[in-house]
Amino acid sequence: MYAQMVKTGVDHIQSKEEMSPEERAFQDRVDQDIKIEPKEWMPEAYRKTLIRQISQHAHSEIIGMQPEGNWITRAPTLERKAILLAKVQDEAGHGLYLYCAAETLGVTRDELMEQLNSGKAKYSSIFNYPTLTWADIAAIGWLVDGAAIMNQVPLQRCSYGPYSRAMVRICKEESFHQRQGYDAMTKLARGTPEQKQMAQDALNRWWWPSLMMFGPSDAESVHSAQSMRWKIKINTNDELRQKFVDQTVPQAEYLGLTVPDPDLKWNAGRGQYDFGEVNWEEFYQVISGNGPCNRQRLRTRVKAYEEGRWVRDAADAYAAKKGARAKAQAA
Amino acid sequence: MSDQAALFEYLLRLGDNALILGHRLSEWCGHSPALEEDLALSNVALDLIGQTQLWLNLAGDVEGRGRDADKLAYLRDARDFRNVLLVEQPNGDFAATMARQFYFDAWHYLLLRELTGSKDSRIAEIAAKGLKEVTYHLERSREWVLRLGDGTEESHERMQTALDDLWMYTGELFETDEVDQAMIRSGMGPDLSTLHEPWLGLMHATAEEATLTLPQPGWAQRGGKRGMHSEHLGYILADLQFLQRAYPNATW
Repeated sequence: MYAQMVKTGVDHIQSKEEMSPEERAFQDRVDQDIKIEPKEWMPEAYRKTLIRQISQHAHSEIIGMQPEGNWITRAPTLERKAILLAKVQDEAGHGLYLYCAAETLGVTRDELMEQLNSGKAKYSSIFNYPTLTWADIAAIGWLVDGAAIMNQVPLQRCSYGPYSRAMVRICKEESFHQRQGYDAMTKLARGTPEQKQMAQDALNRWWWPSLMMFGPSDAESVHSAQSMRWKIKINTNDELRQKFVDQTVPQAEYLGLTVPDPDLKWNAGRGQYDFGEVNWEEFYQVISGNGPCNRQRLRTRVKAYEEGRWVRDAADAYAAKKGARAKAQAA
Repeated sequence: MSDQAALFEYLLRLGDNALILGHRLSEWCGHSPALEEDLALSNVALDLIGQTQLWLNLAGDVEGRGRDADKLAYLRDARDFRNVLLVEQPNGDFAATMARQFYFDAWHYLLLRELTGSKDSRIAEIAAKGLKEVTYHLERSREWVLRLGDGTEESHERMQTALDDLWMYTGELFETDEVDQAMIRSGMGPDLSTLHEPWLGLMHATAEEATLTLPQPGWAQRGGKRGMHSEHLGYILADLQFLQRAYPNATW
């Protein structure tokens, strides 16, 4: 997911009897699906967890601009170029909504950016893979946005008001991106033999990293249990992954592409697909900094931020001068 | 040169300016100084890509050889491109990008405003649509010239350097050749030299407000309109046209 393995800082789930009166009142509101708004009392762990989760999501949007941005100047038609540019632009917009949502919890965008730039904050593992061909752009739209939607649609109902409202806006755009990605993939799969090969190669490379996006099984995780209790996580990782596989496999078949999993087969008894084991060693390596592009992604981000500093400083200085002049005129 | 050939050339100039500048701006996406600028620069780039499609599709219709905007954008070599030299200049720092944009936007605005009165209704329609967008582009790039010029000492210096460096590419914008003459004769396009004064007026007023110094008139680099480009264009096309060249006749 765009936020993976978010820690809550708790070591067990409190019973209602263990809670303070404030905590109990808070949990009651959450249980009744009443949205929590920024000025209301909330447990410190809830606030901190949300900051971690929302900022991780925001960082993923920002870093996610790079692999796709990699093809903006090389998109094959003017229309594809406009669609891709608009998509990457949407991601910057999502980053902005999410940083704003995080700011309602008492942290600034600059602080969050510093955490990202210093390597302290995490972002989704998926964006540490390279986009080698045009088909990767189609595959990202289809698979990565498809996986993101699985998680984000339920999050529209999450307990924290600003996050839930940001999700509503984001989901509308993400589902559009997913359709565009699938459309681009369709063109390739129905195109020349070279294009079809390009499409299959992209599916081969993006399939497993897409399944990793949901994170390792969290059936036993106290953090996931706590997040679900707080309703800032709605489904388990395994539920979402299964849903993604069930939705995506027929789409691949329709395109005449082969999902790169020899263990994949329809289980009529369960009414779901069985699928092979994700290589979690690779996942842990990627999230701890050893993916193919981790260093490159972070360096690019830091470079843009540092090289833009003088511009942001100038804009602040100009605004201050303008404000002072307006004040002097009024006096 | 027949009127038809002149019109085709003229439309290529309009389309290629939008194409190449849109391409340059799209290079910023994900690398700009703030998220707000990623959004804004992409907006301008998207407007320009949209204008490219309109101009180049019309050019293809006028030419009548079955080429549409994509064929014209992706399958011509550098010598057949007709954009002015200014728009193919590298992004440089943010000041260079904004100086290039301000020089171009001011001219583009004045030109499109004239073209809304073109005798060719197809041109007038595209110009009217473009003018709405370019009005905003100009507001934005002018605002950045002011911010950077009158911001910090560093931003002032960078903006001054950018204005100085790019100045020699502005002369070409107002030069009138046989293509422009044909357009003037048929009432399809304005005399570009008449745009120079209002353009200079805006430049001077903005530079003064931004505490910057506008360079003195001097030697102008020219040639883009006739297909004599800088070395930069070849690299732009290498990126832009890669897939169409590597996979001929594929659809995307």
